[in-house]
Amino acid sequence: MANVAMPADRAEPNYLEVTTNSHKGILGWLLSVDHKRIGLLYLYTMLAFFAVAVGFGFMIRLELLTPGKTVIDAQTYNQFFTLHGIIMIFLFIIPGLPAVFGNFFLPIMLGAKDVIFPRLNLLSWYLFIIGGLIAVSAWLMPGGSADTGWMFYVPYSLRTTTNVVPALLAAFVLGFSSILTGINFITTIHRMRAPGMTFFRMPLFVWSLYATAWVQVLATPIIGITLALVMIERALGVGIFDPSLGGDPVLYQHLFWIYSHPAVYIMILPAMGLVSEVIPVFARRTIFGYKFIAFSSLAIALFGSLVWAHHMFTAGMSDTAMFVFSFLTFFVSIPSAIKVFNWVSTLYKGSIQADPPLLYVLSFIFQFSIGGFTGLMLGALSTNIHLQDTSFVVAHFHYVMFGGTGFGIFAAMHYWFPKMFGRMYNLKVATAAWAVVTVGYNLLYFPLFISGYLGMPRRYYDYLPEFQPYHMVSTVGSWILIFGLIVMFWNLWRGMRSGPKAPMNPWGGVTLEWTTQTPPIVENFREVPTVTTGPYDYSRYESAAKEGK
Amino acid sequence: MFTSSSSFTNSVDALFTYIVVLSLIVLVGITAAMVYFVVKYRRSKNPVPVNIEGNTTLEVLWTAIPLALFMSMFYFGWTGYKEMRSAPADALPVNVTARMWQWGFEYPNGLKTDTLYVPAGRAVKVLLRSQDVNHAFFIPAFRVKKDVYPNKVNDAWFVSDRVGRYDIACAEYCGLNHSYMYSAVQVMDQSDFDAWFSSASAKAGVPAVLAAAK
Repeated sequence: MANVAMPADRAEPNYLEVTTNSHKGILGWLLSVDHKRIGLLYLYTMLAFFAVAVGFGFMIRLELLTPGKTVIDAQTYNQFFTLHGIIMIFLFIIPGLPAVFGNFFLPIMLGAKDVIFPRLNLLSWYLFIIGGLIAVSAWLMPGGSADTGWMFYVPYSLRTTTNVVPALLAAFVLGFSSILTGINFITTIHRMRAPGMTFFRMPLFVWSLYATAWVQVLATPIIGITLALVMIERALGVGIFDPSLGGDPVLYQHLFWIYSHPAVYIMILPAMGLVSEVIPVFARRTIFGYKFIAFSSLAIALFGSLVWAHHMFTAGMSDTAMFVFSFLTFFVSIPSAIKVFNWVSTLYKGSIQADPPLLYVLSFIFQFSIGGFTGLMLGALSTNIHLQDTSFVVAHFHYVMFGGTGFGIFAAMHYWFPKMFGRMYNLKVATAAWAVVTVGYNLLYFPLFISGYLGMPRRYYDYLPEFQPYHMVSTVGSWILIFGLIVMFWNLWRGMRSGPKAPMNPWGGVTLEWTTQTPPIVENFREVPTVTTGPYDYSRYESAAKEGK
Repeated sequence: MFTSSSSFTNSVDALFTYIVVLSLIVLVGITAAMVYFVVKYRRSKNPVPVNIEGNTTLEVLWTAIPLALFMSMFYFGWTGYKEMRSAPADALPVNVTARMWQWGFEYPNGLKTDTLYVPAGRAVKVLLRSQDVNHAFFIPAFRVKKDVYPNKVNDAWFVSDRVGRYDIACAEYCGLNHSYMYSAVQVMDQSDFDAWFSSASAKAGVPAVLAAAK
């Protein structure tokens, strides 16, 4: 896509070897303002939090293997699902793609040397770490960690004696990290594009980060102020949400979901961008419907900000509110459907190599579609009333967030791995791990749709015996999934340590990151590239064949 | 799946089935197309890709057709919900009190119970209040659910023709024993209900008269 002079004979020290400051060793990382090093800082810390939250998830599933007590008591269970939610959402899913891969690849994909505010970028990571440590540390304090669920619904979150304030404070601090990253990305996209990189030549991953960043900047302050109000209310007894002081719990739910619904689009949009990135590379052809995919990201960001109250259809809102929010909810499904159809069409008449990144993306499309379809059952009012707050919602949410975004993160790790580390993992092991992860994942979450429809409420420590078959299958699925994850990460770790050296462009991609050295040098490009074509110009494969090569 | 009945069970299950069937058709289509393309156009068989930038007709079609289907789902969801909001004027009112972690029921004559006894074929309107945190009144078999708050009275209604005992669960997380906050609704023949009602009222020392006219 670009005219880049790239003499292969001289290799400059890459970002892993030299840093942007005078420090060596660990300080060379902790004080580096290189967007790639910050991306890796996010990657390692995010994966550490992920491992912790998987541990909590494992314990939740193990407890639900049998009715009654299996391994932990009810209070511990309640704290575990709260921690699982807080850590997975605020420390894994939200930062997973933007903060890790966005940081690393956004500037490179734009042909820039770095993000526009490198120091602010480093500050965002420190806020992320501080917030994460606060969230986890509440576990060690007397009283134990919060047992409210990640939604912190009042009045329960005002009444419980567990440490709710640290959890709220953590989410508050993490919100700032998210806002600053959003501001950094928006400004970088507007100001740092290489010559010739018009908006419609930007890769779709960049488009999705752009839409995401606007939601981060506009919606996150609302959750910040809402959680701050709950802290003030707990500490000082001001009656904003507390009904015994004249407050309104439903007001809290509105304010919470005004952020937290757009937040699910913060979580899914970058993964959609990643899918749009991976399919053309492995099909060796241009994306189908570039502009429709680009604009559908903006449409999702816009409509997604207008549907929050569909989380509250049983709260007793007015009929008018019910009508409007259900109606708008169906509209947000349209841009997602458009994306899915365009992705599948991009496979048509491609020259397809089913390597692990593409396999994770295919799983994404299948699972995200199930998540989307079950969203229709939740968006329709009469069915929502029955399904709300059952394990059907849990399954729907995990199909979108884990089957979608989580698999998007796995795809990104396998896709950009050779560029980031300059080495390659074992493709066969990665493919086997993908199969195990996909099977385990679907076994884990699909039964919850059925039990939810049959009336299994969510956040239940114990359950009626009739639900046990579903819980058993689900728990066995969790073991298979975790086994697959261990194999996947072990394979990546081994590849990073001792895998064969990766070439500059192992997959044959045409976006700018594949034109730089592997691993990239500190400021990414020796010469600023000039962009002359759209992001997925694979015509050389077609024309090479025509010329008989 | 379709085990028991309130007036809503059929309409909710019908809409659910409608969406499931449509979804399955599209899901199978998407998945089959995906797998077929990946196999058919694998690089070893198909080394030369064809660059197709897009197709506006297709884009319009796969925007318009889903939109029309979605609007039908929205419409049936809305009409089903309207029914849930339209309790008959002669419905038997029962005050329901939720507290951590039990349900209490109070009939118009002051009779209090911990199980909800209702006559078959008679509309029942529950008036929901919480004494502490948020709860949600959930009868899975009847497809009825409503959140219960400490600062306002929510309501829901149902009518069941089928005699039997059905679970009432708490569906909104409310702390330690949330998962044990079960009660039941006992649907009885009118004559059984009347007999139960007068003897229970006599025991409780309240008049055996239902305030709401039948």
